Amino acid sequence: MTDLTRLTAAELAAKIHSREVSAVEVAKAHLDRVAAVDGAVHAFLHVDTAGALAAAEAVDKSIAAGEAPASPLAGVPLALKDVLTTKGVPTTCGSKMLEGWIPPYDATVTRRLREAGVVILGKTNMDEFAMGSSTENSAYGPTHNPWDLDRIPGGSGGGSSAALAAFEAPLAIGTDTGGSIRQPGAVTGTVGVKPTYGGVSRYGLVAFSSSLDQAGPCARTVLDAALLHEVIAGHDPLDSTSLNVPVPPVVAAARQGATGDLSGLRIGVVSEFSGDGYQPGVLRSFEAAVATLEKLGAEVVEVSCPNFTYALPAYYLIAPSECSSNLARFDAMRYGLRVGGDDPSLDAEQVMSLTREAGFGPEVKRRVILGTYALSAGYYDAYYGSAQKVRTLISRDFTTAFEQVDVLISPTTPTTAFRIGERTADPMQMYLADLCTIPANLAGNAAMSVPSGLSDEDGLPVGLQIMAPALADERMYRVAAAYEVARNDAEGGAQIHRVPDLAAGVR
Amino acid sequence: MPTISRDEVAHLARLARLAVTDAELDLFAGQLDGIIQAVAKVGEVAAEDVPPTSHSVPLTNVFRADEIVPCLSHEDALAAAPASEDGRFRVPRILGEA
Repeated sequence: MTDLTRLTAAELAAKIHSREVSAVEVAKAHLDRVAAVDGAVHAFLHVDTAGALAAAEAVDKSIAAGEAPASPLAGVPLALKDVLTTKGVPTTCGSKMLEGWIPPYDATVTRRLREAGVVILGKTNMDEFAMGSSTENSAYGPTHNPWDLDRIPGGSGGGSSAALAAFEAPLAIGTDTGGSIRQPGAVTGTVGVKPTYGGVSRYGLVAFSSSLDQAGPCARTVLDAALLHEVIAGHDPLDSTSLNVPVPPVVAAARQGATGDLSGLRIGVVSEFSGDGYQPGVLRSFEAAVATLEKLGAEVVEVSCPNFTYALPAYYLIAPSECSSNLARFDAMRYGLRVGGDDPSLDAEQVMSLTREAGFGPEVKRRVILGTYALSAGYYDAYYGSAQKVRTLISRDFTTAFEQVDVLISPTTPTTAFRIGERTADPMQMYLADLCTIPANLAGNAAMSVPSGLSDEDGLPVGLQIMAPALADERMYRVAAAYEVARNDAEGGAQIHRVPDLAAGVR
Repeated sequence: MPTISRDEVAHLARLARLAVTDAELDLFAGQLDGIIQAVAKVGEVAAEDVPPTSHSVPLTNVFRADEIVPCLSHEDALAAAPASEDGRFRVPRILGEA
């Protein structure tokens, strides 16, 4: 029998819906794979075997009864980032603060996945409260990159992307505040999409930086990402920032792009994303991508976005500011950890402080303190206020650029996956990993990362970032699908199948 | 050039209701100083005539109809509480008296 874990979500769905295989068989194949390799990868924080099998059984029953599948992805397994609430299933956000917490409700994304018949295998590892670029800030230990187990899988959604690259799940959900879907996608050789801000509901997503956080699809192919995008996107009255507009036709765009024709399309190369700090192999891969896109008929021109160089500083003021406010909810009173609660000599404030000391890891504390500083009287205008002005300038850069071109491209990350522990002592060095992804979060437009080959100096995956205007998500899917087809043709198959065989080398 | 002292970090941690150890104070004071010097770059382009953007989508108040709809049950709301009593959250004392 075919190894079910090597198939795409679209292929699996076709086999399940035609009753060639059952959803239960597919779920079991993936649960077996998780049992075999996750000790080495640590992509999952919680595996919900019973829930996954029950969901798969329900899909099989409905298909056997002759009913139409609930969605094009009914019966397909998925790995869910542990930042989204799941009713009755633990949700920790990678933090000790929420260890053992069982949410009493589903996030809207979770609910839509369940209604679509998608089989949720479990919850994936992440940097604590989604703060980080390497998944080393998880309170439950790091995730390892399946391409090289000594390296990081990207962050903060490293667990979701690693699960894809380790063939533990064909689909995953991530959240992207400064690049936490695209950056792990790039360094694990998978597809990661940050939809337009407001395109996917944030209800039930544990908030980090509310004006930037955006949930989105992770997959091994562009079409799979598009299919998942349409399952989770759309207006939600429970989220006041959810856009009440039609979902962009991303599946149709991915299919159109797969014909391999980009003639008539104008693509802009962001000139600011080419200076120092980029690994030579990443730049060479990017140059090759430009040549490929031109061969597909696109016109590629250089575009300047001068304020993008201020995006990283602005982000590291805005995100910590919003985090210091959002994380005030972890106060030891209504849910989560409580330290010192049995000591009658301690008052509420002391219990709160002790709990937050014990429950938060170093990166979260650093950002809470930084945010408290940036928002404090006397510094507000110089830091937070100025950062919000930079945000305006970056939005204007995007507007000007999109008057000249249909989409913008850049490398997704300046380097390939670095070694675990290599950057942990130097926060600024770590923050550079999100250099290219942050502008799209500040402006709220759509962006994605698609595999762009392996770096010639270290053999590790490189990502191509494609950015589109807000609500024009379909444009980047079209470009990504065309690029994917061209690369698969040139290489005689999908790059993801070159990931080392974990079953042979598991430690 | 902005600087952030060890005492200032301790003060900020107190404002954030975050107990910190001496070792953490040393670590954060050094790191935050570096971060703040790097992010201060935003001041270079933030001119008077640039309006700030707090959010990438224009936000207006979103209201739902004023109708009673099902919500979390009492039990569900209290299920994850560190302590509860008589159907309420039990919290440490807030005022000075024990």
